[in-house]
Amino acid sequence: MPSKDSKQNFALLRDKILSQNGKEYWRSVEEFVDAPEFKEFVTREYPHEAEVWDNSLSRRNFVKVMGASLALAGLSGCVMQPPEKIVPYVHADPDLIPGKPLYFATGMTLGGVTTGLLAKSYDGRPIKVEGNPDHPGSQGATDVLAQASLLNMYDPDRSQEVTYRGTPKTWPNFVTELRGKVNENRVDNGAGIRFLTETVTSPTLIEQFKQLSAELPGARWYQYEPINNDNATAGAKLAFGSPVHTIYKFDKADRVLLLDADIFSDFNVGYIKDYTKRRQWSEENKEINRLYVVESSVSITGAKADHRLAVKPSAMPEVAKAIAAALGIGGVTSTNNENAAWINALAKDLMASRGRSVVVAGRGQSPIVHALAHAMNAALGNVGQTVVYTDPLSPNSDRTQIDQLRELVTDIDAGKVKMLVIIGGNPVYNTPVDLRLDEDRMNKVPLRIHLGEHYDETGELCHWHISGKHYLESWSDGRSNDGTASIMQPLISPLYDSHNAHELVQLFFKENYDKKDYDIVKGFWQSQNLSSTSTTPAAAPARPPAPAGTTGNATAQPPESPTNAAAKATATPGNAPEKLAPTTTGAATPPAAAPVPKNFEDNWRKVVHDGFIPNSAPQPKTVTASTAFLNQPAPPAPGNSGNLEIVIQRDPCVYDGRFVNNGWLQELPNPLNKITWENVGLISPKTAARLGVNRNYKERELGGGEEGYAFINTKGGNKYSELVTLTYQGAQISKGVPMWITPGQPDDVITIFMGYGRTKAGRVGTGLGYNAYDVRRSDAMDHGTGDIKPNGERTEIASTQIHFNMEGRDLLRVWDLEQFNGNEKIGEQEDFYPESMYPYEQHQETYEKNHKWGMTIDLNSCVGCNACVIACQSENNIAVVGKEQVNRSREMHWLRVDAYYGGDDLNNPTGPAFQPVLCQQCEQAPCEVVCPVHATVHSAEGLNDMTYNRCVGTRYCSNNCPYKVRRFNFLLFQDWDTPQFKLMRNPEVTVRSRGVMEKCTYCTQRIAAARIEAEKDGRAIRDGEAVTACQSVCPADAIIFGDMHDKDSKIARTKQDRRNYTLLNELNTQPRTTYLAGLKNQNKEMPDYKAPKPHSGMMGAERAEPEAE
Amino acid sequence: MQDLKEVQRRIYPPMVEGDHTLATVTDKISDVALKKKTPFHWFIGFGIAFMIAQMLMMTIIWLLAKGIGIWGTNQPVGWAFPIINFVWWIGIGHAGTLISAILLLLNQKWRTSINRFAEAMTLFAVACAGLYPVFHTGRPWLAYWLFPYPNTMSIWPQFRSPLVWDVFAVSTYATVSLLFWYVGLIPDLATLRDRAKNRFFKFVYSILSWGWRGSARHWHRFELAYLILAGISTPLVLSVHSIVSLDFSVSQLPGWHATFFPPYFVGGAIYAGFAMVLILCIPLRHLYNMKDFITHTHLVYMGKVMMATGFIVGYSYLFEAFFGWYSASQYEWFMIKSRIWTGPYWYMYWLLLLCNVSAIQLLWFKRFRNSEVWLFIVSIFVSIGMWLERFVIIVGSIHHDFLPSSWGMYSPTIFDISMFVGTLGFFFTLIYLFVRFVPMISIFEVRTLLPEANVHGHQEDFEENVNEIEYIYDRTDPPNA
Repeated sequence: MPSKDSKQNFALLRDKILSQNGKEYWRSVEEFVDAPEFKEFVTREYPHEAEVWDNSLSRRNFVKVMGASLALAGLSGCVMQPPEKIVPYVHADPDLIPGKPLYFATGMTLGGVTTGLLAKSYDGRPIKVEGNPDHPGSQGATDVLAQASLLNMYDPDRSQEVTYRGTPKTWPNFVTELRGKVNENRVDNGAGIRFLTETVTSPTLIEQFKQLSAELPGARWYQYEPINNDNATAGAKLAFGSPVHTIYKFDKADRVLLLDADIFSDFNVGYIKDYTKRRQWSEENKEINRLYVVESSVSITGAKADHRLAVKPSAMPEVAKAIAAALGIGGVTSTNNENAAWINALAKDLMASRGRSVVVAGRGQSPIVHALAHAMNAALGNVGQTVVYTDPLSPNSDRTQIDQLRELVTDIDAGKVKMLVIIGGNPVYNTPVDLRLDEDRMNKVPLRIHLGEHYDETGELCHWHISGKHYLESWSDGRSNDGTASIMQPLISPLYDSHNAHELVQLFFKENYDKKDYDIVKGFWQSQNLSSTSTTPAAAPARPPAPAGTTGNATAQPPESPTNAAAKATATPGNAPEKLAPTTTGAATPPAAAPVPKNFEDNWRKVVHDGFIPNSAPQPKTVTASTAFLNQPAPPAPGNSGNLEIVIQRDPCVYDGRFVNNGWLQELPNPLNKITWENVGLISPKTAARLGVNRNYKERELGGGEEGYAFINTKGGNKYSELVTLTYQGAQISKGVPMWITPGQPDDVITIFMGYGRTKAGRVGTGLGYNAYDVRRSDAMDHGTGDIKPNGERTEIASTQIHFNMEGRDLLRVWDLEQFNGNEKIGEQEDFYPESMYPYEQHQETYEKNHKWGMTIDLNSCVGCNACVIACQSENNIAVVGKEQVNRSREMHWLRVDAYYGGDDLNNPTGPAFQPVLCQQCEQAPCEVVCPVHATVHSAEGLNDMTYNRCVGTRYCSNNCPYKVRRFNFLLFQDWDTPQFKLMRNPEVTVRSRGVMEKCTYCTQRIAAARIEAEKDGRAIRDGEAVTACQSVCPADAIIFGDMHDKDSKIARTKQDRRNYTLLNELNTQPRTTYLAGLKNQNKEMPDYKAPKPHSGMMGAERAEPEAE
Repeated sequence: MQDLKEVQRRIYPPMVEGDHTLATVTDKISDVALKKKTPFHWFIGFGIAFMIAQMLMMTIIWLLAKGIGIWGTNQPVGWAFPIINFVWWIGIGHAGTLISAILLLLNQKWRTSINRFAEAMTLFAVACAGLYPVFHTGRPWLAYWLFPYPNTMSIWPQFRSPLVWDVFAVSTYATVSLLFWYVGLIPDLATLRDRAKNRFFKFVYSILSWGWRGSARHWHRFELAYLILAGISTPLVLSVHSIVSLDFSVSQLPGWHATFFPPYFVGGAIYAGFAMVLILCIPLRHLYNMKDFITHTHLVYMGKVMMATGFIVGYSYLFEAFFGWYSASQYEWFMIKSRIWTGPYWYMYWLLLLCNVSAIQLLWFKRFRNSEVWLFIVSIFVSIGMWLERFVIIVGSIHHDFLPSSWGMYSPTIFDISMFVGTLGFFFTLIYLFVRFVPMISIFEVRTLLPEANVHGHQEDFEENVNEIEYIYDRTDPPNA
């Protein structure tokens, strides 16, 4: 009830507004809302609403809020929706069968690299992302980020509307306002306009900017993102005088030397595919590649290395020089005098594989290391063989992104910038601290526009925030790592009032400013004379875009009719009417039986259908590496500011911070240490002992040997870490950094991870972890010096694995290659089946009559990248449980990747080696006999089926499962209410409720889909028709699945492989899932060569196998 | 002659002390239920127990609302407090039937004054135990699926699962124990009926006593029924805990998969049961001045039984460790090592040894055996020890099993504790109600112990055997003062 007092106040406020004059007045209303007087007024006037005004949702409330998020999702109802037209089908789309999924080719761009994808669409809803097997860049592989990007689209915290200073507006409002401003700026040719984007390889967007610079020559376009290729660019300029894009052909390389290049976790999965092609062992091909890794931190790439050398980051250039010198590159001298034997043996081995080796420098390494790598590749004759150079894929690559950002910041500081358009990215959060677009600096720009999927830190500081389209909602294009252009098409009309970069940039043109992204992208390719680029005849049989066979005929588009994929994406019921494609009538286009003329429309349809434009990669370029750069003075090193060296890396799960609000990625165990929900600092055991960090660990727990590394940080479960105050180049991270003792980390080197410490990420990500951008500087982007000091506090870390030692058990086998090749009997396992007291002969008969599903996981190929974990989560509607529940070890992943260290030396361990563990589908399953209600039973095809409806939740099955692969819904982990999540779920998989046990089913829904297709044709399911989610995503092809009866199938062959072994064989559970032992291809001349024990592998476990005579 | 009486007292201690007649026995015991003003300590004790029982109710409500995730149970520790408590309570529930049935069949007179509340204790302990298997399931409202009942799904429970055996074992045991207890109560309820002044109680006791008139035919039928029930109960004492132990033995988990679990568990159950009987009867005989009926001799006898079963338990610990080594299975041996010294719960094992093996060694000495206080303390130790034993077996085995990657840790939450303490409250609430409204000692059976009941007398026989008695007397310790 308004009091007299408040009325007066209201009048005062009104007077205050009215007292301001002129144009300012109109903008002031919104800005005024933020004024302290107004807030105070609100507090007094509406005490209840005042709380809402100051509403901060903490991460701790995450699970709680997940349940309550219905309210927020309802907000979309507040936005004015575009008018809906309901159009009945005149001609039904022949490919659209209700309840049957369709696959559409699209792509996801991250860091300027586009991964070709197939998105699975169910009645117009994308529900799963797969790799596009035809795409030459990624070759069907995807990684965790692409897999998890689906959740980003359905994230209920996405920004859902156009806002002006936080107030809801509409796109037309914005267009009007912006057009006015742009026209004002035309006077000085747009000299005050600045665009800031992330790395752009989209040909359409590049063209748009090019044309725009003709209209507004004064405007500037800069690219910056925190994870970039600046060092590679600078290194190429050192070596060649001009920037180049480098493509490595790992499939042709027998010897690989990686100088801190983490190729297995970069967003470049084609490399994993290539690498594992050369890593496959078979009786026919017993020689596999050999991987040398020199690195200054730990990585999964280092863990998979045959020989790994850990050096300090500052020593890296000298080590690289030493290797170059050992390779005989003239003029190279090195001050490095350590590890000479290692380097010489390495050089000898590399030289023995001239033209079949490859040297790669990582993006965190200084330009000189990159230049040296180029020189080494040249000296080794690899150029043109395993190393291909092309022109840069992104424009303006002659300047590093940090230089571009510096120029922008200088201009802002000089007051030259009148309008800043931030397209994607989050520069307020992730720019280097000395070039940070912080509040003061942003306020110097009179008009700030932000396009992004989240109303994040940057959106908050901008006047206009435009809700960005997710890639599954928008038309665009991009280039994959090999340069092939990909077309991205939407799967669904935007969930919210969103727009993308093409549409935003288009607004700056004088004419045709209101074009839709479809018209822009299509228009660009029309101008590129697509028919000439497309050399594949349209009538040539195109492979079905789905992973072979998963979807049967539904996805196998008849090659004669390049059916209008574009139209289909928009013509599906439910989200039909947005005017995305004028080719909507294409749905009724009669299939052309004869080869069609190669006009643009047909070619366009074909490339949209295929998802990429064949032969669009830039031609290889011939460049000559010179070593003249060695004579140049070294760039001034940033000052020494501490006793420790600190490496800043991207987070393996949330990348640079953009995925921080993604629950799947938050809960994804970090590949090496299995930490979830935050970032830690890595420290070597020796350094930790020296500095007294996490010192409450006993020698026994840290010691080497059979029972070594028992509980590195966890003390068997109490996952506590000490927090330290970390300074880097003189600046201090505002939050304490939890320290995690990591075997293999170089001594006196701390690794910290970017991507956390967000202040405005959403309900999931806000406030998690520490922010490494607090200290990252433009002169020390990747590593520098600093110090740590325990601040006396401890924190709880949620790690899904607390014990990284096999305790001498025969679990994860890694053999020395030479030992393995030389001994036919090694690793043989006794089959205990005849020993059983209860030989289930009748079961065997049943199995013989039916499909006999089995899986093999090749531990030699597996790189531990985690893609399978997220693929499984996405496919099977697996819930996210939150940090507190992970800490109680209740994570729900059906598939986990176990990691075990080997070796006797804690400071220089082997591995960790990785072992994906999912339900082993035992033929004599221990879980089945103990279930009191028949909720878990065996199928005739040998699957251990789980009947959720029948489960009462005694958890006996889990107790009796030796592999501990069953997961129990201790609470209601699923969010049943948020409408976005309802759309996202796979309708073929039950959404489990609380109190029910669940587990891997070998994707039984996919087997069923394949069976239906086969039964329609009256035949058996073919090899490769039923593909599990983990199998289809695996970039390393480490997971093989199929019918073991089919003698010609890949699965049957792997089961005959000598490396094949059963986990916990002695329990006689007869699992259908088996493993192929990993192999280490050691170089005997290396000083760190570990002679294999006679009957044990490289991981230290003694085996009980027959004498190998 | 006086000396000889004294000697007789020492060698065949009377089971009823004091100068009781048939009437005084009846008066004294039935007065507690009928006449006497409810003592103040009853209100205090009952009040506290009842409040704690409410905690159980609140926990269960919250449990039903949220799911069992409110407990600390996790992966890999799928069973923790609820199953520990279940086994613990079931174990406690063993002494009652053992005392009632087996000692009845063995014609041990000393069972008479303690059997009534030991049986009641059994029932209440089984009631507490029964809560856990139901509520520990993820969907307790479907727990009835474990029963074989005709249903539209045409699906039966899986009889290969020990959990189904459990359902039968425990429900049979509960039913038979209840019947046994109730049948034994009928003559006494009739006594109460006859003596009750309050019309309401008279009515209730009338209903409950089924028209008992004490005729010879009634007594004949009663004795027969009681004997039959005792016969049925006897194997149940052995079967229930054997089957509970099969929940573990049937699985293949190191530390659970052991063939000697059934006798080991039964021994432990009797051990725990006697400890609980002692914990209850020591205060009771003081508070209600029942020292004449629950004599010192009873306590000493129970102490001895406890000691004997304690040795069975200790022996089992020894052999658990031996089997771990002898099995030559690296998993079994790791489990034993982890249990005893390398694992994170090693201290639980040593506490267990302290409570279950060390504490009862005191009872070798008469000084401790004859001291009520020490017996009480040792019984408390044993009760705690038996709980720890289940913790060591259940959590201690499963938290570190085959694959080190899936190892985990368990720590209880506030709800684990409130559920456990809540069942203690529930248990004592029932005990208090029982003490207040039902004769806590069997009136008619105690009366048979009196000399008056012994109409023939055996004085002559006794005098003929004086020499023998003196011989025994010489070899016996002097009586305790």
